[in-house]
Amino acid sequence: MNNLYDDSDTIAAISTPIGEGGIGIVRISGDQSLDLLSKIFEPANKDIKKNNKDQLLIPSRILTYGKIYDKKRNLIDEVLVSYMKSPTTYTGEETVEINCHGGIIPLRNILNTVVSLGARPAERGEFTKRAFLNGKLDLTQAEAVMDLISAKTDTSFNVAMTQLQGRLSEHIRLIRSYFIDLLVQITVNIDYPDEDIEELTYSNILESLHKIDSSLKELSASSERGRILREGLRIAIVGKPNVGKSSILNALLYEDRAIVTDVPGTTRDIIEETIDVRGIPVVITDTAGIRDTDDLVEKIGVEKSKLSIESSDLIFFVLDAARIIDEEDERIFSHIRDKNHIILINKNDVDNKAISSNEVKEHFGEDATEISAIRDGSIQEIETLIEEFVNSKSSGFAASQNFMITNARHKKLIDDSILAVSDAITSTEAFEPLEILEIDVNHAYELLGEIIGETTAGDIIDKVFERFCLGK
Amino acid sequence: MKETDFVLDDKVNISNENLIGKEKNLMGNFDVIVVGAGHAGCEAALASARMGLKTCLFSMNLEAIAMMPCNPSIGGTGKGHLVREIDALGGEMGINIDKSFIQSRMLNTSKGPAVHSLRAQADKALYHTEMKKTLEKQENLFLKQAEIVELIVTDGTVRGVVTQSNCVYEGKAIILCTGTFLRGKIFIGNSSYFSGPNGLSPSMLLADNLKKLGISMRRFKTGTPARCLSSSLNFENMSEQKGDEEIVPFSFLNDSLEKDQISCWLTYTNEKTHDIIRRNFHRSALFGGEIEGIGARYCPSIEDKVNRFSDKPRHQTFIEPEGLDTEEMYIQGMSSSLPEDVQYDFYKTIPGLENLIITRPAYAIEYDCIDPIELKPSLEHMNIKGLFCAGQFNGSSGYEEAAAQGLLAGINASLLVKGKNPLVLKRNEAYIGVLIDDLVTKGTNEPYRIMTSRAEYRLVLRQDNADTRLTELGYEVGLVSKERYEKYLQKKHNVELEIKRLKNTSVKAEVANKIMEKTGNTPVSGSILLSDILKRPKITYELIASIIEEENFEWPKLTRHEKMEVEVSIKYAGYINKQLAQVERFKKLENKRLDIDIDYSKIEGLRIEAAQKLDAIKPISLGQASRISGVSPADINVLLIWLSKKRRMKNER
Repeated sequence: MNNLYDDSDTIAAISTPIGEGGIGIVRISGDQSLDLLSKIFEPANKDIKKNNKDQLLIPSRILTYGKIYDKKRNLIDEVLVSYMKSPTTYTGEETVEINCHGGIIPLRNILNTVVSLGARPAERGEFTKRAFLNGKLDLTQAEAVMDLISAKTDTSFNVAMTQLQGRLSEHIRLIRSYFIDLLVQITVNIDYPDEDIEELTYSNILESLHKIDSSLKELSASSERGRILREGLRIAIVGKPNVGKSSILNALLYEDRAIVTDVPGTTRDIIEETIDVRGIPVVITDTAGIRDTDDLVEKIGVEKSKLSIESSDLIFFVLDAARIIDEEDERIFSHIRDKNHIILINKNDVDNKAISSNEVKEHFGEDATEISAIRDGSIQEIETLIEEFVNSKSSGFAASQNFMITNARHKKLIDDSILAVSDAITSTEAFEPLEILEIDVNHAYELLGEIIGETTAGDIIDKVFERFCLGK
Repeated sequence: MKETDFVLDDKVNISNENLIGKEKNLMGNFDVIVVGAGHAGCEAALASARMGLKTCLFSMNLEAIAMMPCNPSIGGTGKGHLVREIDALGGEMGINIDKSFIQSRMLNTSKGPAVHSLRAQADKALYHTEMKKTLEKQENLFLKQAEIVELIVTDGTVRGVVTQSNCVYEGKAIILCTGTFLRGKIFIGNSSYFSGPNGLSPSMLLADNLKKLGISMRRFKTGTPARCLSSSLNFENMSEQKGDEEIVPFSFLNDSLEKDQISCWLTYTNEKTHDIIRRNFHRSALFGGEIEGIGARYCPSIEDKVNRFSDKPRHQTFIEPEGLDTEEMYIQGMSSSLPEDVQYDFYKTIPGLENLIITRPAYAIEYDCIDPIELKPSLEHMNIKGLFCAGQFNGSSGYEEAAAQGLLAGINASLLVKGKNPLVLKRNEAYIGVLIDDLVTKGTNEPYRIMTSRAEYRLVLRQDNADTRLTELGYEVGLVSKERYEKYLQKKHNVELEIKRLKNTSVKAEVANKIMEKTGNTPVSGSILLSDILKRPKITYELIASIIEEENFEWPKLTRHEKMEVEVSIKYAGYINKQLAQVERFKKLENKRLDIDIDYSKIEGLRIEAAQKLDAIKPISLGQASRISGVSPADINVLLIWLSKKRRMKNER
């Protein structure tokens, strides 16, 4: 089922221009708006309670200050939200607007969170379309709305012509062909029980589903590459205080930006810089050292560090060559071990070297690179590490994948498709009847088809007759 | 009988030269006239007569009523669902096959309940006789043997029909169910001749008349295998296929049926068979290029199978009896247009058929049919008011598909005469809805066959709940009898009560565990609800009932149909609800109506291709529009805005 003209679901979008503005707005419209907000927003005013439907009782049309958290309860940003009750809103529907700090990261994190909780990324012109359908726009504006919607076809057509998109379609068609193979088998087994054909076993089905699952996941990961080209690879530099995190950042920047002193805890907020590493845009953040602290300003910095770890693509975990590995290092390592990371031993030029890569290997079971941020040559080495990472398969955005997803709607469709496949795997493992597990397989297949605008009608049946000899 | 001479005024458009200048007699006046008494025509005529309209059913030969010119069976995957739905709406096919079957099997029992499909072998002669009796006894229904050669149409509205013997019958609605008779042409080897199926006369004149009325005609092709004498077969060389021990009736009116069943026989072709066929490809009418009609991919001739699937070492064939009072057997899956000598040669290579004696040779048949996108979802022709079309004439294939359309055409012709809105079944309501929507929305490039995979909501469209889905609708239009309706209400009541009881009754662990043990389920420790027991794998309603009755507990007596619906409703509740949620989304677009007189070329923002398609098909809802190939989601959005604009302009006025 194509959801493009479904007006019952709740839609969300970043409705301010992408770029470094002072503030940015995420807009949500639809019945679920307040529910979604209530799941992620914590008002500063503790007098604001929830009703029995778990909806925040925040007043309509008044700015409310508070904090937005992601699904894992990590703080995303401090925000001002406004809730506008239907029907007196732009779209005529329940509407929520979240005003956060400008910059793509908080905006995207908020949008992703809302989408993961059930909203659908809005189509171009969709807020306006809903406004019109709900009688909010003058009749004379109808033509403009129709132009807006139909222009969409032209744009996507143009986009479809680009090479990148072409390759994506090609890849999606390949995955769809795996689906077709399976669906054809299921169909022929259901509709031709008396024919002389090989019976489809549950282990056959599982095998196909796992193949589809990994292809879809690879495809979903490719959206990362698209994002990196647009927004940059996010690297966080972490480590206990005074291991030289800021020095590494400065060296990469070739300028003194962060305050570098010998006093631990100098970097109290997050420093974020965009640099060009051999053609790869990199957003590098120098975090406050992660440690327990009572200093309020630093405390905020530490919390933000944890968040920036969460949203990083790659982490530089920095150790001090002059100090032995201690509990603090271990604690930090435990935060990052499941993320993509590289261990750097800084200050390898000091006289009183306490650790080398051997000790690191012993301790963490991983290789480490020895560098000195203040010496020439080390920077080239770090740049090589970044480049190798981006091109490695494990990064999920290797250059060997010549397709990528750049569109939020596409990403959502692929992720929904992955969910449906996983449901189908569960049903198959439980030996549910063929026609029941087929529902999820077919749903996943249709979702993929929506990306390239191909409907399913008839194509499975066509293949059935192409591949099997059937007759009355 | 003769009422008045029929005066042909200027308005009457009689195009057949044979008729011009000849005296014509007005022989009767009917509400509904049905042309053709095959499976579509019988249902159409019965529906209209039962809805209280004076109906006349014409057949070129009354011996051809409900004739089965191809396979001697009713039902199968998807088709069995159609029969159940026809029955639930008050149609005849289910009742008639229950009277005349000689073997019954439930297919797909190894799969889930949504695709269980009933199929019965029919006694062809009995099927015909029983249907003919039913038609003859039906109040308001008149059977007539005559060939209709002309439709009388004035001002775009049907007025009546003219027979070859120059008789005129007036009718307010006409239903065309011409099957494969219309300009039928048979091909066997290098011979070809105009003929209806099974050696009956073709209908040659009506086709020209229809073309003159502006209906675009095309050619489809189908075929049938040879029939042979059972006394000439060697059954030891084939494997027997018996009917099910427990017979499940087609009709909801029948709770159980007892009958001695006749077996079918399974055998296979081999390389020798294929060699003979390959060597004679050039002698097949199919490859000779003489056949212009398009055949269905799911009904290929044996030469087509050997040609397209050359790596397949064998093809299976079932040898099926044609009836109790005949020796003739049907050689399933082996239709052919090869010459008769080649037919003999290749059939004889098949184990069991070594000495076969052919009574009727295999043949291919080509016939005229229409492009169904010219029809409204009510099956009325878009440009000729009161003209309804059903069956193979619409480009479908199969007895069940024909009957389903005939039934709806009959209902809608009657509703039109009564001045009421048509009954259009939605894709979430019935396979009949899927079938008709596919035909009138997407059209078809080959004879169309129903398959369960054509339905989006297979779990909802089960054969066990066809009455729950449709009997109410059938009653509302006045087709379902009081007897059937009350039976349905009783069933509905019993099913609801029993589901409620199972959900509220628990049994002690010791009793429950007897059931668990028997089915290899993990035992429970405390008491458990009956409905929760039923949800466990391999546990059936029947099993729970039998074990609990052994314990001397009371258990309600339910009919087979009731038990089935209770079991499926509880066992698959989770999946069914998931699908019902999809149905709700689907219905939103389906409920946004589009008028038939919209000029799509005038709607700005629609792409030209979309506007052309919409103008040709004239969908009745946005949902139907969204299924037309060449209409994109953006086009649907444009229509949505346009509709809203129109509505508001009306309100502002």
